[in-house]
Amino acid sequence: MSDAHSFQQTLFRLKAYWDRKGCIIQEPYDVEVGAGTMCPETFLRVLGPAPYRVAYVQPSRRPADGRYGENPNRLYKHQQLQVILKPSPADIIDQYLGSLSEIGIDLSKHDIKFEEDNWESPTLGAWGVGWQVMLDGLEITQFTYFQQCGGVDLELVPAEITYGLERLVAFLQGVESVYDIVWTPGFRYGDVRLKDERQFSVYNFEMADVTALWKLFELHEAEARRLIDCYEDYPDKQRFPVLPAYDQVLKCSHLFNLLDSRGAIRVTERVAVIARVRKLAVGVAHLWIDQNAEVAA
Amino acid sequence: MSRFLLEIGCEEIPDWMIVPALNQLQDHFQTLLDQNGLGGKVTRVEATPRRLVLWADELVERQADSEELLLGPPKSAGAGAAGGFARKMGTTPDALGVHSTAKGEYFSFLKKQKGREAAEILGSALPDLVLKIQWPKTMYWTGKNGVRFIRPIRWLVALFDDRVVHFEIAGVSSGSFTFGHRSFGGDPVPVTIETFEQRLEDRGVVVSAARRRKRIETAIAGWGVQPDAALLETLVYITELPTPILGSFDPEYLRLPREVLSMVMRHHQKYFSVEDEGGGLAPKFAAVMNAAGDPDGLVRHGNERVLRARFNDASFFWEHDLARRLEDRLEDLKSVTFQAKLGSYYDKTQRVVRLTRELGGDEHAQRAALLSKCDLTTDMVKEFTDLQGVVGGLYARAQGEPEVVWRAVYEHYRPVSMEQAIPSTAQGQVMALADKLDTLRECFRVGLIPSGSKDPFALRRAAQGVVRILAEGSLGVALQESGPLRDFLADRVKYYFREVRGYKYDEVNAVLAAGWQDLPDVEKRLAALREVRPTENFEPLAASFKRIQNILRQAGISPAGSADPALLESGPETELAGEFERVKADARKSDYPQALRAIASLRPAIDLFFDKVLVNAPDPRVRTNRLTLLSNLLTEFSTIADFSEIVTDKA
Repeated sequence: MSDAHSFQQTLFRLKAYWDRKGCIIQEPYDVEVGAGTMCPETFLRVLGPAPYRVAYVQPSRRPADGRYGENPNRLYKHQQLQVILKPSPADIIDQYLGSLSEIGIDLSKHDIKFEEDNWESPTLGAWGVGWQVMLDGLEITQFTYFQQCGGVDLELVPAEITYGLERLVAFLQGVESVYDIVWTPGFRYGDVRLKDERQFSVYNFEMADVTALWKLFELHEAEARRLIDCYEDYPDKQRFPVLPAYDQVLKCSHLFNLLDSRGAIRVTERVAVIARVRKLAVGVAHLWIDQNAEVAA
Repeated sequence: MSRFLLEIGCEEIPDWMIVPALNQLQDHFQTLLDQNGLGGKVTRVEATPRRLVLWADELVERQADSEELLLGPPKSAGAGAAGGFARKMGTTPDALGVHSTAKGEYFSFLKKQKGREAAEILGSALPDLVLKIQWPKTMYWTGKNGVRFIRPIRWLVALFDDRVVHFEIAGVSSGSFTFGHRSFGGDPVPVTIETFEQRLEDRGVVVSAARRRKRIETAIAGWGVQPDAALLETLVYITELPTPILGSFDPEYLRLPREVLSMVMRHHQKYFSVEDEGGGLAPKFAAVMNAAGDPDGLVRHGNERVLRARFNDASFFWEHDLARRLEDRLEDLKSVTFQAKLGSYYDKTQRVVRLTRELGGDEHAQRAALLSKCDLTTDMVKEFTDLQGVVGGLYARAQGEPEVVWRAVYEHYRPVSMEQAIPSTAQGQVMALADKLDTLRECFRVGLIPSGSKDPFALRRAAQGVVRILAEGSLGVALQESGPLRDFLADRVKYYFREVRGYKYDEVNAVLAAGWQDLPDVEKRLAALREVRPTENFEPLAASFKRIQNILRQAGISPAGSADPALLESGPETELAGEFERVKADARKSDYPQALRAIASLRPAIDLFFDKVLVNAPDPRVRTNRLTLLSNLLTEFSTIADFSEIVTDKA
């Protein structure tokens, strides 16, 4: 479809739309994450009683999904547009549908369905209920009302809207492979991203050093643990590095995914390793709540 | 008489939860009407993903005034007491009366209650009534400790004739405005009870589920759609304006097994499969839009594109999985947990192979058992869990296993529902039986026993499968469990013969009391009992058997040996003994219906016996002899069924 917007134009339009809806437009977080939900902008900001509205594109790395750039739809790293509206406004779904019109989808000519799809992240001690939004049979968005995060019932219920950008734009441009998406005239998605899909697939599946990754996992886990344990006796809570502690947790999570894609985590120990990461995530969530309650008090 | 309409407007409710919720709403509302003397009845309920709607008719506008006589202190307590009672009643002593009871005279007061407005009662009761609906999973959305419902409530319509019934739930106030279809319904629109359905229809919402179903059925008739009642129901409750479209895919994909293609279409995309004239899979699909039409073909094009990507994935899985022999995956099962306390699927496979052999399975059945769980490590099963077993069978076929082996693997999870047939071959039956029995025995052994609605390992389904394979198959395997598992299976056996086979509960109890190790035999005995039961002599005879059992119980002795002919009194007693011998011989050499008829022919002799003979004879030897005769008779004729379990009019 020649009249469809380029990849980046679509991004600009979505960002501009959520800007008009009063969101902070953030830049991607600079630590590897498996999903936009894991960024502090979501995971920590949804905690506590303070309202928040934010939208950001987040490259999400899922090592096991890599296909050496050979599968037209599966990517090791894809881009999500993550929108958090806390608390969720009553017309949230209309706002969301408005964003689709904004990128050129004429709703009167398409089929939109909201199909039950609840979300749960054992690693983050988080869950919510919601839908996958289907456009002409294609899942284009995950819509979730968060209920719990870090094992804590949320004070205000945020709506999380996650757009799968490659999929959405491939649909809009009518291309069969994400690598054929026009990023901007003259450059296709493959020109920009094929190299890292291929190289990271080789690394993740074949060359990543399992012993080294385990060592790194344990180092980051220990550092996170150490920080969390320091909090109680730390005199000036407002200065306490909760956010750096969370970065360590994200590192653990990413290393876990790498080890997993390398086939280094046996089925029997999987649950136990996830529990180790969750323990840290829940620990940080509690620190965040406590630290922010202090501000409010 | 007044009418009432309630619409609960929601964000999209999961389709499978809608009907149960609607039934609850109906029950709760009817109870509300009944308990408050509002008259009327719920005349209709309907739902779409975005609304639950209820209509009621013939309501009164106002409750009737009521009177209630309240008793106070005894009259003998005097004027002071009367004054206190009057104050409590909010009146003066001269308004009190005196009421005589069996215990004496009491001050009394006739309390008159004015009936309340129906609309007012409804308004105050509706919030709780709506929130009382039980959902499988609820959420809150207005903040912590806020109300819980399945999805956020966004509008409420509540009309009593032409007036709004006022109430509020989660900050939403009831009114007379409803909302049309999400994509093209426009602004909220005012409705009355009369215009409600039409106004919504004009805005792209078919409120009636039956009409939505019809809309789909009519459109797909003639397309060769493979019937799928469950999918149809899902589509009815996932759309407000269902409109089917026919799409197609590259016939090249037909090289993949039909099961896989259909699963991709159904599971991922909610499409119906389409058959060609010969009953084979056609390279087409039927999708149902939640929209009025697809004039430019955009929706069809989009769906075809998605399906192509899905088929490409499936094709990749198929080829990738096939590159490895199923058998070589056996070792991988060591790292697939069956259950934490019960080890891996490798361990389970070893047990199932052994049990298959013990149950008489031949080498093909054992081979199938060995391969049965190997598909758990395939990409295809990771993607389509529901296809486990089927996928293993397909791979076994593609890798050259004999039909009797691959078919046994393919069918070994059957039956997964009451409607589904049991495995079609003897090898499949014995292997499926071994698999299910192993799951049951092992879970019971470590105490994983279902309780109430909790049955995480689907043991009821496994047990039901065991019962059906034994009852409907031809394995000749006896059910020989003990302890709690025996009781658990007994429940399933009873359920099967009552609910599925349609026998009466007393017939089932009677036949099972005579043993149930051999289920095909149980069925034969039940059929015979059902056949003979309406005959003239049968139920009276059953009543007599019950009497014999009571007599023996009361006598408190268990007679041994056979009755001594010398001690029998001539006449009815000798006659009965003679009849006993005759019938015994007849019954033993007959099939069950004939045997039952023969037993029923005892009736005149038994009736005469009870009429003329005193069981509790003064001579203890005679008495014991009589009891022995009766006891032997009861024992002899209770091998088909314990007739004392039959509920007769006399009893």
